[in-house]
Amino acid sequence: MIFANPDLDLILPELVLLGGTLLMLMVDLFARQNGRWLTHALALLVLAATAGMVLAQGMTLTGTAWNGAYERDVLSAVLKLAICLVSALCLIYSRSYLADRNLWAGEFYLLVLFAVLGMSILVSAGNLIIIYLGLELMALSTYALVALHRDNRRASEAAVKYFVLGALASGMLLYGMSMIFGATGSLDISTIAATYGANETTNSLMAFGTAFIVVGLAFKLGAAPFHMWLPDVYQGAPTAVTTFIGSAPKLAAFGMAWRLLEGALGGLSESWTDMLSLLAVASLAIGNLAAIMQTNLKRMLAYSTISHVGFLLLGLIQGTPDGYAAALFYAICYALMSAGAFGVILWLARQGFEAEDIDDLKGLNQRAPWAAFVMLLFMASLAGIPPLVGFFGKLMVLKAVIEAGRLWLAIAAVVFAVIGAFYYLRVIKAMYFDKPEGADAMPAKDRGLSIALSANGLAQLGLGLYWGPLIAWCLRAFS
Amino acid sequence: MISLAHYLVLGTALFCISVAGIFINRKNVIVLLMAIELMLLAVNVNFIGFSRFLGAIDGQVFVFFILTVAAAESAIGLAILVVLFRNRSTINVAELDDMKG
Repeated sequence: MIFANPDLDLILPELVLLGGTLLMLMVDLFARQNGRWLTHALALLVLAATAGMVLAQGMTLTGTAWNGAYERDVLSAVLKLAICLVSALCLIYSRSYLADRNLWAGEFYLLVLFAVLGMSILVSAGNLIIIYLGLELMALSTYALVALHRDNRRASEAAVKYFVLGALASGMLLYGMSMIFGATGSLDISTIAATYGANETTNSLMAFGTAFIVVGLAFKLGAAPFHMWLPDVYQGAPTAVTTFIGSAPKLAAFGMAWRLLEGALGGLSESWTDMLSLLAVASLAIGNLAAIMQTNLKRMLAYSTISHVGFLLLGLIQGTPDGYAAALFYAICYALMSAGAFGVILWLARQGFEAEDIDDLKGLNQRAPWAAFVMLLFMASLAGIPPLVGFFGKLMVLKAVIEAGRLWLAIAAVVFAVIGAFYYLRVIKAMYFDKPEGADAMPAKDRGLSIALSANGLAQLGLGLYWGPLIAWCLRAFS
Repeated sequence: MISLAHYLVLGTALFCISVAGIFINRKNVIVLLMAIELMLLAVNVNFIGFSRFLGAIDGQVFVFFILTVAAAESAIGLAILVVLFRNRSTINVAELDDMKG
């Protein structure tokens, strides 16, 4: 091993993010209690600087650093930009909610930025150790975030469930990694891919490890039947935290799934495609059917997440660049939609009122037509109604599924998507056609939040009409 | 002579005990934390066994990272446990049922 070149230029975005986060920590320490604006602004600045550094390196730059442990390619650049954007939106949406609940503290920003650092490392990992470290940096930060509201019974219950099942998932993933190490004698993703097929014994050992890796990934993504934690965590966590863990980590999990399944275990695609198709169909069925019965909006969106993960997996199982590009496009759109839908809940919440029941939205159109319209855009986009971007995400995935000759999967996906449209439309009906019942949710007067949320809502429409550039970058990431 | 198979059987047995511990245990959250630690140690046994018999040092390096992360993980797990006990005065797993549906 030679350590001639420290390769620092490739990891500049991560260095900027880490340096900025530590700087923010110091500034926050000396800021007065009413000086959190400085921390808020600094956190947004750090995210912008990280994204700027990725752009300054050039989107098409490719290369590996530290003996292949770190990979810079188009996929990692696209994912990092999307993660920074979505996380910044979450920070803007969360400010007034946190301030109302006495949670507007430096810890929130610190944990979010460390989670972003973990995600950024995860999507650039070229080695199983780096995958594990990035994943744990992200996971440990989010466990602590869920427990941020220390006096809340539900939040602490959610944190315990998230922690135990998250740790179980990491254990499964690690067990699978140990089997793959045993079969190939290497932790390097490219070496693992090259070693596959050496002899029969190691092939079966690798297939055994692959099963554990798929289970671990399914836990992390929240695919059925490994979804038990997801509704409880989404419902119990403070809405500001749910907004974050429901959006950006899905992008990172997609990057990790691609690196592990296609990058390292591409040779075993036959064995993992079948497992993933079962997971995808189960997620679509359980997510959509269980969401219909929910009265709590956060819990309903949690089940809807499970069904969207099903769609994401459908894109992954094709094993073609088109399928991966469709899944990446879907993941990015989903992260924006999900952050937006939870953002509306944050917008309507105020001190002592969470606005988390569907009944709270009744008659919203009469009180606040613009908030109702923004929520309409997110719900319609999640349901997949043209011309919003959610429709094109589903269309891309279905096109890739049909081209790969799996018609039954496409039919199942369409049937469940139609069932799923019902519960999104129920929210729209409550806002536009129901009479208000006591609850009087009104959007908070927070200009940053209203502008960012409206922009995200209109982006659903804008990206739906003008999706060419985004899908072009998604295709370039895999070509 | 201890062969690779012995290491793997030990690793698998520990792993199975820890998974069973997570799913069967209905009483105590601390037992869940112990089961999680056991699971990571089972993986470590696998890595060390493979590393020794394949002559590849990478596995042992990974073990150091897993041990370090496991320490951070149990610190966060215990902190969450303290928060849970303060709010509910119980750490019984069966009573963690505020949210359903």
